Amino acid sequence: MPRMTMIEAIRDAHVVAMEADPDVIVMGEDVGYFGGVFRCTAGLQKQFGVARCFDTPISELGIVGTGVGMAAYGLKPVIEIQFADYMYPGYDQLVSEAARLRYRSAGEFTCPMVVRMPTGGGIFGAQTHSQSPEALFTHVAGLKTVVPSTPADAKGLLLAAIADPDPVIFLEPKRLYNGPYDGHHDRPSVPWSKHPDGEVEAGHYTIPLGKARIVREGTDATLVTYGTMVHVALAAVEEAGIDVEVIDLRTLLPLDLETITASVCKTGRCVVLHEATLTSGYGAELAALIQQDCFYSLEAPILRVAGWDTPYPHAQEWDYFPGPARVRRALETVMKD
Amino acid sequence: MTEERAPSLHVPAPSIRPGDDPDFSHVSIPRAGEVDRPDPATPPEEMRDLAFSIIRVLNRKGEAVGPWASGLDSETLLQGLRDMMKLRIYDARMMTAQRQGKTSFYMQHLGEEAISCAFQRALRKGDMNFPTYRQAGLLIASGYPLVKMMNQVYSNDGDPVRGRQLPVFYSSKEHGFFSISGNLATQYPQAVGWAMAAAIKGDKRLAAAWIGDGSTAESDFHGALVFASTYKPPVILNIVNNQWAISTFQGIARGGAGTFAARGHGFGLPALRVDGNDYLAVHAAATWATERARADLGPTIIEFVTYRAGGHSTSDDPSAYRPKEEGTAWPLGDPILRLKTHLIALGVWSEERHTQAEAEIKAEVVAAQKEAEAIGTLHSGRRPTPRDMFEDVFAEMPPHLIRQRHEVGY
Repeated sequence: MPRMTMIEAIRDAHVVAMEADPDVIVMGEDVGYFGGVFRCTAGLQKQFGVARCFDTPISELGIVGTGVGMAAYGLKPVIEIQFADYMYPGYDQLVSEAARLRYRSAGEFTCPMVVRMPTGGGIFGAQTHSQSPEALFTHVAGLKTVVPSTPADAKGLLLAAIADPDPVIFLEPKRLYNGPYDGHHDRPSVPWSKHPDGEVEAGHYTIPLGKARIVREGTDATLVTYGTMVHVALAAVEEAGIDVEVIDLRTLLPLDLETITASVCKTGRCVVLHEATLTSGYGAELAALIQQDCFYSLEAPILRVAGWDTPYPHAQEWDYFPGPARVRRALETVMKD
Repeated sequence: MTEERAPSLHVPAPSIRPGDDPDFSHVSIPRAGEVDRPDPATPPEEMRDLAFSIIRVLNRKGEAVGPWASGLDSETLLQGLRDMMKLRIYDARMMTAQRQGKTSFYMQHLGEEAISCAFQRALRKGDMNFPTYRQAGLLIASGYPLVKMMNQVYSNDGDPVRGRQLPVFYSSKEHGFFSISGNLATQYPQAVGWAMAAAIKGDKRLAAAWIGDGSTAESDFHGALVFASTYKPPVILNIVNNQWAISTFQGIARGGAGTFAARGHGFGLPALRVDGNDYLAVHAAATWATERARADLGPTIIEFVTYRAGGHSTSDDPSAYRPKEEGTAWPLGDPILRLKTHLIALGVWSEERHTQAEAEIKAEVVAAQKEAEAIGTLHSGRRPTPRDMFEDVFAEMPPHLIRQRHEVGY
């Protein structure tokens, strides 16, 4: 099976989708001739022509707003917001327009659009290149939110997102573009070519939205996470020497609650982990849902490990980033009760 | 050397307020027929003057004069008159229905009927309008059933959008009427995007964007113009300048720009300024812009100069911020009266026939209203169910919504 980085897998998903469907078009800042600042769209303009992959003015509201119009027309725009941090000028078009178009027109107009954006930190990007705004999307009725953690998942989920009849927010953990990252910033990075999850099937396949993946089976506790933190979680579990079940959500909305609650009801202990800020983060939603469905199986309070409630700092990146040490401490705490 | 001075904040304000005599002497209005009609293929930089004048066709005597007089046949003009009359009578009935408590809210078109009614007649089937809340004439002129409009206003069981939207936020793909958001200006970049999609597919259909004078201040307007300017898709960018954004006069949004149409010049777009109360001028300008769009010559900006003779909505009382008589003093007159005068001058219409038509249209509107009310109103009769509240959030209902719907008992 071919090995790919997450960037190559995302690019491959574009190629597969654009070859199969002439209505799939790609636009965004620097995505055309240059192929994107992270190279996720490299070669698409050459292969499919300027009318199907083109550069846009620096106007996120313009990109998302015209995308809504294209989707309503019947195209399938796959648009790139250069960093999730830049999304806010386009947020109104997502929240008030893309998300509600099917609802407010009773299905007469729809918005089958994918909005890709690199998310998360770990790259010394500070406050404007490191944010994880997923909770701002999961809070909106009418948006689906996807966060892959491996190249294979990125391709299959992106192809599923493009095929989806509704708007999908596709958050790409930029720290995982070139290799998995376990949070040990002082150790050499591992490329996807040396990691089993770097194997990506050729051609078309999809991974259904709304289905989580049990990355590691375990009996003592459950660690619910997604994106970059999947790899941090695995490292922390190995280091803690506890038999933890690790769940990669893959899709935050719709949520595969069944897989989560089956695991937590089995293990009786749960840690929720994300890179985004703690307060009103997606972890709060997870903790609330889990305690509601697993209350009588819980042996300990559900703990959340998340980014601190500060803007994402520059020099203090590794103090901010919820690395394996913090995850391990949380696991040890839930095991004590 | 210029003398230094501490800065002072300039806050534009209308010169006339309640208690004053209406005065529109500052509105410069050229005589009908005075403005040139360039070939639609003329480069934008050669027709910049069109953004600073007002294209007018009907003169005081009701004659159609000048290069923009398009020679619409009298059958079409009579239909246009009926469209405008229907819209006005429909508005009056719905305003009353709101006062009677049959719905929560309503927005009328009084004085602005010509713009949407005439514009629609310049479009073809398949073209798509991205309207605001004051372009229902687009629906009326395209033959959309009145009873469906009323069902929407009443949010009853016949409401095509299942009770989810405020009154007047209609949607009809078949009639080229994009779902109204209710957020201002958001539809502008969407229209540009729809037209870009048409251009990508080599499809000759076009999009028409609509916005009011006030919401041209939104960044959506400016973003849309950037994209329109860059990709040159087949889109007509309409600005309805009705002088008032709720209580705020147009000078607040316009700022230092000479006219709203002139905003287009910075984007290299051709811009027209048109008498919005002149059915023939609106139709002629719209036709000119559609010719440009269908010849792949790109977008056109049109500012329709008009006056919002009624309140912003049923929740508004304009007498609090402008003289009550201002509407009657508006120098561009009433669109229905002006077309009626023209048709009488042509010899194809008369006062008697007008009175008769009014009665016929009123009977038609009343009959539709009875039909709609037999289904229900906001507070009585058959209404959409709580089940409808959960449908169409997504194509397929996800588990969490099914769970919530069950909680409500559906």
